[in-house]
Amino acid sequence: MKESKVNIAEEPEGLKGEGFFATSLEKVVGLARANSIWPLPFATSCCGIEFMATMASDYDLARFGSERLSFSPRQADLLMVMGTISKKMAPILKKVYLQMAEPRWVLSVGACACSGGIFDTYSVLQGIDKVIPVDVYVPGCPPRPEQIIDGIVKIQELVKSESLRRRNSDEYKDLMASYGIE
Amino acid sequence: MLENKYVLEALQAQFGDAILAAEESYGMLSFEINPAKNTEIATWLFEHPELKVTFLTDLCGVHFPNNAGKELGVVYHFHSFENNFRMRMKAFIPVANPTINTMTTVYNAANWMERETFDFYGILFEGHPNLKRILNVDDMDYFPMRKEYPLEDATRTDKDDRYFGR
Repeated sequence: MKESKVNIAEEPEGLKGEGFFATSLEKVVGLARANSIWPLPFATSCCGIEFMATMASDYDLARFGSERLSFSPRQADLLMVMGTISKKMAPILKKVYLQMAEPRWVLSVGACACSGGIFDTYSVLQGIDKVIPVDVYVPGCPPRPEQIIDGIVKIQELVKSESLRRRNSDEYKDLMASYGIE
Repeated sequence: MLENKYVLEALQAQFGDAILAAEESYGMLSFEINPAKNTEIATWLFEHPELKVTFLTDLCGVHFPNNAGKELGVVYHFHSFENNFRMRMKAFIPVANPTINTMTTVYNAANWMERETFDFYGILFEGHPNLKRILNVDDMDYFPMRKEYPLEDATRTDKDDRYFGR
């Protein structure tokens, strides 16, 4: 019989026997979260076009468990910022981030979102990490869909291995406080 | 068809010394005026029975820092639809006292254009109904298109030199 092409998520470390499987709750939750990320695309320019290719049939973001793009921040897990963020846009981006529920992750796609890119000028925010914390940076101008998928996979690794207590830790609270977020 | 020479002579006959200079570049009439007379001249052009200059195509600012006493300029681009005739009117004012009459009394279209010119050059349009920033962030405390900044500001904190090899 031909081997199936369908991949299923790898099982975490644990004890396995006839009819049972035992592991820590944290790993199960991480596995579930990592393979069902709902991204919120915040696309402002050309990197957004690359993202459209990423989620369309050729590259198919759905293969990584992100079938459903959330266009409301309330239901989103991952904020994908793609494109130039001007200083006037910065408070709007922050508001969208604040509207997302914890746990939330941020993927910064492209040179502009990461550092301001070529727009070293008075009107452009020099990297979105000036207003919100970022988990993964994807360089490129614009990055190819493969790179964006690589960024998503990096986010999945973070999600999979994140401690359930991380969001209550002092370090995390300090990080949020440094951005003026309660 | 209107000729540049004819229009310029009509302007000079009406306003005399207020028309400071005139030139023709790429076939388009361009004249410099006494800045105090800007609305008066625009009104006259608007109401003129033959010229009928009734459209303000563009209004913008310009900065010549070496032009002492006339550093800041406002350039009006006019269009007469009926004659298919275009012209430019320039008014220069000192950067120390950058005030000029608003054109909103003649053209409503000047409202946003003057706000933009104020936003980028800090030119104060006296009599403008709502002179505040339109494109830049509200809390900006400088006028970014003025040529009074070094190309790169060494005191900036929002670019981290470690990552940019500077």
